[in-house]
Amino acid sequence: MNRALILGGALSALMVIAALLSFVWTPFDHGAMNIPDKLQTPNSTHWFGTDHFGRDMFSMIMVGARTSIAVACVAVGIGIGLGVPLGLWAAARQGGWVDEVIMRGNDMIFAFPSLVIAILITAVFGAGAINAIIAIGIFNIPVFARVTRGGALPLWAREFILAARVAGKGAARISVEHILPNIANLLIVQATIQFSLGILAEAALSYVGLGAQPPTPSWGRMLADAQTLVSIAPHMALGPGMAIILTVLGLNLLGDGLRDALDPKLRVARV
Amino acid sequence: MLRYTLKRLVSLAISLAIASLLIFAVIEVAPGDPASFMLGINAQEDTLAALRAELGLDQPKWQRYLSWVGGMLQGDFGTSYQYRTPVTQMIADRLWVSLPLALYALTLSTIIAFPAGIYAASRRGKAGDVGVMGATQVGIAIPNFWFAMMLVLIFAINLRWFSAGGFAGWDKGGWAAMKSLTLPAIALALPQAAILARVMRSSLLDVLDEDFMRTARAKGLSRGAALRRHGLRNAMIPVLTILGLQFSFLLAGGIIIEQVFYLPGLGRLIFQSISARDLIVVESVTMLLVFAVIMVNFLVDLAYAAVDPRLRART
Repeated sequence: MNRALILGGALSALMVIAALLSFVWTPFDHGAMNIPDKLQTPNSTHWFGTDHFGRDMFSMIMVGARTSIAVACVAVGIGIGLGVPLGLWAAARQGGWVDEVIMRGNDMIFAFPSLVIAILITAVFGAGAINAIIAIGIFNIPVFARVTRGGALPLWAREFILAARVAGKGAARISVEHILPNIANLLIVQATIQFSLGILAEAALSYVGLGAQPPTPSWGRMLADAQTLVSIAPHMALGPGMAIILTVLGLNLLGDGLRDALDPKLRVARV
Repeated sequence: MLRYTLKRLVSLAISLAIASLLIFAVIEVAPGDPASFMLGINAQEDTLAALRAELGLDQPKWQRYLSWVGGMLQGDFGTSYQYRTPVTQMIADRLWVSLPLALYALTLSTIIAFPAGIYAASRRGKAGDVGVMGATQVGIAIPNFWFAMMLVLIFAINLRWFSAGGFAGWDKGGWAAMKSLTLPAIALALPQAAILARVMRSSLLDVLDEDFMRTARAKGLSRGAALRRHGLRNAMIPVLTILGLQFSFLLAGGIIIEQVFYLPGLGRLIFQSISARDLIVVESVTMLLVFAVIMVNFLVDLAYAAVDPRLRART
């Protein structure tokens, strides 16, 4: 049995459950300040301790999972929503000018330092979750376009596609009805990887104050708060840091596991 | 090779032109007028107009774009709204922090990743391989700014081996400057090393399956000798590509790490300029970073094509 798939799936599921559960229950109100209880180290009441305002870290991490997952989810959605159609279109017009324009455009976006551009976008259009999503999402488009085109090209040479063409189906219909279902595996694996990169990017943007704004808790923001206090309250950095690491690790393992499970041919050649 | 180089040069020029247009456009729509920001809310209308004229903000957009690009081509990045000093000088000062930091991190990443990747490949499927690969999985998942905080906590606050932040300056001697870049470089290098080790391993594994490796073993070379003489050289091509990409990533990625360690590099310059609405600085530093990344990619492509003639034919 595939250990990466089980471990990765369990870790990812844990985060999703924590995020969903936070809508109905958290140990404490995540926004409630309680100065007398500030900077408590982890104990039986406050499992991950409290921050400098006496807020319960565990509750904040649970609610922060919502922010991370929502931002990464929509950013991946943007990548799939725009990248996959572009990739399908490029593959259908292989070698033509449409293909050329789409792929050169992709190369352009790839050449940009994504973090710098994301900082530029959020700084200019205002810090916040929405702009962070857009800034992260833009860089997902070429990734999905490339994966889609790469997966679709060999399929276009196959006989079942020829049969569909003989039956009178147009390129658009073939792309949706025959190409897309056959590259779904590739896209799912890529989506998992982009999801984990999205969570890391969101954390970095929030950390420098350009992501989700207070009072919305986010893991990156919590780490920024922890930084000034790291000498007296290291537990403030530990909780959110572990949340990010375990989520990203879980998603990466899930992606690896899915790739192995969905396509045994790739089992030896993975990075 | 000449044809290929020319072709790549044309696409390099197009990329840079589009990049400069995009950056200019984004900065143009930025809310906030630099002139009123500098003079405060009580400024008189005629003073504002005079300052706008002095900064060149009253000229048409296309003219400002052309003079910005034209200036950069001559190495003139304009004058900072905030400090009234040439941006070129500001960037040059900061590059003395950001560039050594990126190179330092790249060196560390290579020193860690190469042995780790080679070791894992040579122990394929055994406990050593599984251990190294597991460690790299964790390494990839660690956000570098969080790792930086942990390094500060352990090596600066508890052990007091390094200072928690700031930059000693090169005038105090290379040793002090390198020492203040050490923790930032480690923080930057570790996640990159994890990626590089994985590429090294998989690239080596691909080569190990090749026929010429079997021939090398058949002619009597030991495992180690075959790996060194034939395996590594062939495995290096994809590794070098990744290495080039990582350098540009480290240069741009240093932005966040510079925030953690209060290093006076390009990243801090960008953040300070954003909050001061010193848009000409933001614009020029962003363009410079984009230029560096595109340029490194271009050089890697050329180097790649020089080593591997098959690539020239394909494009």
